[in-house]
Amino acid sequence: MTFDPRVVRQDFPIFKRTIREGKRLVYLDSGATSQKPNSVIEAESNFYRMHNAAVHRGAHQLAEEATDAYEGARETVAKFLGGSVDEIIFTKGATESLNLLAYAFSNGGSGNRFNLTSTDRIVVTEMEHHANLIPWQQLAKRSGAELTWFEVTPDGRLDLSKLTEIITPNTKVVALTHQSNVLGTVNPLAAIVARAHEVGAVVVLDACQSAPHMPVNVKELDVDFLTFSGHKAVGPTGIGVLWGRADLLRDLPPFLFGGSMIESVTMTDAVWAPSPRRHEAGVPNMAQAVGLAAALDYLMQIGMDNIYQHEQVLGSYLLKRLQEIPDLKLVGPLEMVERGAVASFTFGDIHPHDLGQYLDSQGIAVRTGHHCAWPLTRKLGVQATTRASLYLYNHEQDVDALIEGILGAQKYFGGKQCN
Amino acid sequence: MQLDSLYQEVILDHYKRPQHKGLAVTYDAQVHHVNPSCGDEITLNVSLEGDKVAAITWDGVGCSISQASVSILSDLLLGQSITEADLVLNNFTELMQSKGTMVGDDEILEDAVAMAGVSKFPARIKCALLGWMAYKDAVVQAQAKL
Repeated sequence: MTFDPRVVRQDFPIFKRTIREGKRLVYLDSGATSQKPNSVIEAESNFYRMHNAAVHRGAHQLAEEATDAYEGARETVAKFLGGSVDEIIFTKGATESLNLLAYAFSNGGSGNRFNLTSTDRIVVTEMEHHANLIPWQQLAKRSGAELTWFEVTPDGRLDLSKLTEIITPNTKVVALTHQSNVLGTVNPLAAIVARAHEVGAVVVLDACQSAPHMPVNVKELDVDFLTFSGHKAVGPTGIGVLWGRADLLRDLPPFLFGGSMIESVTMTDAVWAPSPRRHEAGVPNMAQAVGLAAALDYLMQIGMDNIYQHEQVLGSYLLKRLQEIPDLKLVGPLEMVERGAVASFTFGDIHPHDLGQYLDSQGIAVRTGHHCAWPLTRKLGVQATTRASLYLYNHEQDVDALIEGILGAQKYFGGKQCN
Repeated sequence: MQLDSLYQEVILDHYKRPQHKGLAVTYDAQVHHVNPSCGDEITLNVSLEGDKVAAITWDGVGCSISQASVSILSDLLLGQSITEADLVLNNFTELMQSKGTMVGDDEILEDAVAMAGVSKFPARIKCALLGWMAYKDAVVQAQAKL
């Protein structure tokens, strides 16, 4: 099948609307959240329209249908990630997944393989989103474990020169992002995973910026836990995935307690259900899980390879065009090698917030600020950046519109540079 | 273009030539305020003489709206009594929350009426208020020391 973003766009109703006095919507903020195709909107609303009931409860037809749809969604996610059905935990998003994990580590008590003490070490990287930094930072504080990290080089790559000094034999967790949400850098996992496993540490992969954009297979990556959010993968908000290796999930203590997650309960004690149910307390976000399955079906039908190739080509074009603008400085790798189609930059003395505002007046949606990766932007010596992130529905005209918009902003603010 | 109602000349002028920027060595209170959604930062020093705002100096990094707004406020509130300054502060806050329905009283707000357009851009109201909230905080702290 030939991939054509113009055809893809027809599936996304939002592109029919206009922005700010009739401007075409140029949506370059998929790194924050993606737009939704009709099939996802339909699947979610159709669940409410036709099948709504609480899953795993109720002796009636609707409950059966709801359970089938919800468990069917789990199968779709398993297929998407190359894992098995029992390894898929639904969460409300990657932030919850990572907090669930970090708190579950605390809940085992001594004797549990996830229990950390002051002799243990947790490793992260300087390029983590706050969601994959703070849960580990706080787990380190709770447990007394030491937190350390891989630094980022000036060209936006992980500095792996001290691999064995950072991942030491007492390291228990290595948590890192697959692709930086600011730099676009795709991290070289093989060396890190090999070293982590050599010392018996588990690797937790934040795949929020990779799983929606490239083929991701948990077996090939050989990681131990992986998470992504549905809403960045053309799915609904309020649904995310935590995948974990079956043998690890078997020993992972629960974080949230309540209905559905138990085998039996007395007034003084409780026995946990096996995973994944152990980690899904309460009535879950069912319609959203069904919407996520529709989203992943949509992506798989187009083909993750096709999406990846499209973004590589369009990303190259974006990087090339941006670098033609004098005074524009990219942060992150300058060439489309081991990186995704996201570009963060500063532009002369126009503050990103002001640039973003001007672009918005032209119908162009970008993100500005520190992108929830404050330690990274601080390290790179920038207060804030403007970020354009691409997805399957973007085309060259979107990139051209951005370039024109940036030059327009220069004229707008420069022209106002009085006296 | 609606954008022009946001980026008034007065604002860009203050942004490019900020008033009272550069922190005084002595002060009664120093505060540091941050807009966590974008990383804009302002450090602001206040000195009081009796009931009067005797000195306001500041330093900061951020967008034109946040930096111009603190520049305007430092010009405007300097030399006023704390009570008068409170009136200005309340007036300005009300203007920012007006969603574009108010033009602002230029006898009270002077240059700050140029910020009226900001109230039509919800995402930017926090930028405009950053310095004002810092000032409010600093005065409370300075008064506590009296």
